[in-house]
Amino acid sequence: MWQFIGIRVLQGIFTLLVISLLVFLATRLTGDPALVLLPPEASSKADYERVRKQLGLDKSLPEQYIIFLRGAVKGDFGLSIRDRRPTRDLLLERLPATLQLALAGMALAVVIGVPLGILSAVKRDSIFDKGGKLFAVLGMAAPQFWVAIMLILLFGAILKLLPTYGREGPENFILPSFVLAWSIMAGIMRLGRSSMLEVLDSDYVRFARIKGLKDGMVVWKHALRNALIPILTFSGISLAGLLNGAIVVEQVFAWPGLGRLMLDGVLQRNFPVVQAAVMASAFFYILTALIVDILYVYADPRIRH
Amino acid sequence: MASDNAILVADDRTPASLRRKIQEARLPWIPLAILAIILFCAIFANLVSPHDPGEKDVFNKLQPPFQSAEHILGTDRLGKDMLSRLIYGARTMLQVTAPSMVVAILAGTVVGLVSGYSGRWVDSVLMRITDAVLGFPSILVALLIVTYLGTGVWNVMIAIAATQWARFARMIRGEVLAIRDRDFVVLAQIYGVSSGMIVWRHLFPNVINTLMVLTSVSVGQVILLEASLSFLGLGLRPGDPAWGILVAEGREFLTQAWWIALFPGILITVVVMAFNFFGDWLRDYLDPRLRRAG
Repeated sequence: MWQFIGIRVLQGIFTLLVISLLVFLATRLTGDPALVLLPPEASSKADYERVRKQLGLDKSLPEQYIIFLRGAVKGDFGLSIRDRRPTRDLLLERLPATLQLALAGMALAVVIGVPLGILSAVKRDSIFDKGGKLFAVLGMAAPQFWVAIMLILLFGAILKLLPTYGREGPENFILPSFVLAWSIMAGIMRLGRSSMLEVLDSDYVRFARIKGLKDGMVVWKHALRNALIPILTFSGISLAGLLNGAIVVEQVFAWPGLGRLMLDGVLQRNFPVVQAAVMASAFFYILTALIVDILYVYADPRIRH
Repeated sequence: MASDNAILVADDRTPASLRRKIQEARLPWIPLAILAIILFCAIFANLVSPHDPGEKDVFNKLQPPFQSAEHILGTDRLGKDMLSRLIYGARTMLQVTAPSMVVAILAGTVVGLVSGYSGRWVDSVLMRITDAVLGFPSILVALLIVTYLGTGVWNVMIAIAATQWARFARMIRGEVLAIRDRDFVVLAQIYGVSSGMIVWRHLFPNVINTLMVLTSVSVGQVILLEASLSFLGLGLRPGDPAWGILVAEGREFLTQAWWIALFPGILITVVVMAFNFFGDWLRDYLDPRLRRAG
């Protein structure tokens, strides 16, 4: 168990290092960062040399990489080119919004997906089962950006029910978190359905039925508890994917999160900001995957070896 | 024996038997038909589409759909025919995703075969790199690539290839590990057949099924990735006929012209669904063992 965790942690750190090297080299290989970072009003040779020195570009590549890593650990990737603010502050400012949105999306997916999955299992081959399947398959195939825009059209422009941009109150969460939730709901519903079918077929549920317990009681009390474990694990795995999907969703709903920070950075060629946002996303992605793997082993002793 | 085989083969080719085979395969007709239509539109876009996708009908800007036979699906803010732009969008999708998928499949297959067959440190190094790519959201890799290389079709294609090869490498390597100690491989080694020849003649043919299944399952995701990158303004230029770009353009006119954003999204959804259904079918048909995987 501990050995497994150790290996997984090392793998995670290795992946992060590879990504950091990629990010680091990308800036150095595709042009002179000093030229990009040079403030527009300064253009003399002396200014250029000063910026180079400031950025540590006069040192050797390995030395630069060590300095880069040391900053990366603290979330420090220099100043944003646009507003000269430290990237660290930008990250801390944007991170909560993205984490809240991803968690809300996951919670919504479970809240809608699990009951739908159970309903499909209990009323197998009924209209619920077929409708639920179609709903899930659609969510997997429909592009998130388009679903988001159609929801804005329907609930914002036509029905005027929900706010379509920004992050003022709880009602702002509804549309973006639904878009995120729908894309992962297929997996949760399928898992809920199959594990429920499995449990409903097991001896102790049959015994509960023979004992004369009501159907509802059997489903909710005996079967659900055991069907939940794989669903929770899958939700964890999806959380990593949600952090990924957040880029598009944040863009459409003007959500002030990490994904939007990253995209704005890309479009403005604001390298320090892109580096910071990419490394932060990578860190959370890998951390989530790691935690899920460990929980999985903890929850299911069969795969411990 | 030989004559028996000959008869069997001949029998196999009679139309009745072929028809039965097709019936037993339970082909997914609807997804196949959809994909065939889209493919036809993509290849013969210039013949199928009623207008040039760039042609501007200045007197009929933002015309709603189903109002005139001239522009069945309406026009955009410059008076360009939506139906024509959608048809050319299918061509764009094919032009961007097909070559990048081919590169990803080739690279992934080579890495998987080499990694699985050589073992030892080559395997360790290649698989650690593969894990690093897999352990990272593909849209982030794409964003990084586009940041440094700039926006454009080529860079989107590079981004797709750079993120997709790893899944192929992982899967193929697993298959190779399962067969490389089988008798026919060991015998070939004893006979002194070169490594390259063993990989090509003995290992590769055995991973083709996996390759086809994984390809058909991945295509849908690649289409979504490409559409997302176009939508975010990282792929083709605004105004180009790509479904993702059309949705982005439609977003600006959402309240006045809902049809611009609606139709391309429906098309993307339908195509991705068709590929997903086809992929599921192919997986079940070729290899029931894979039914529960990925």
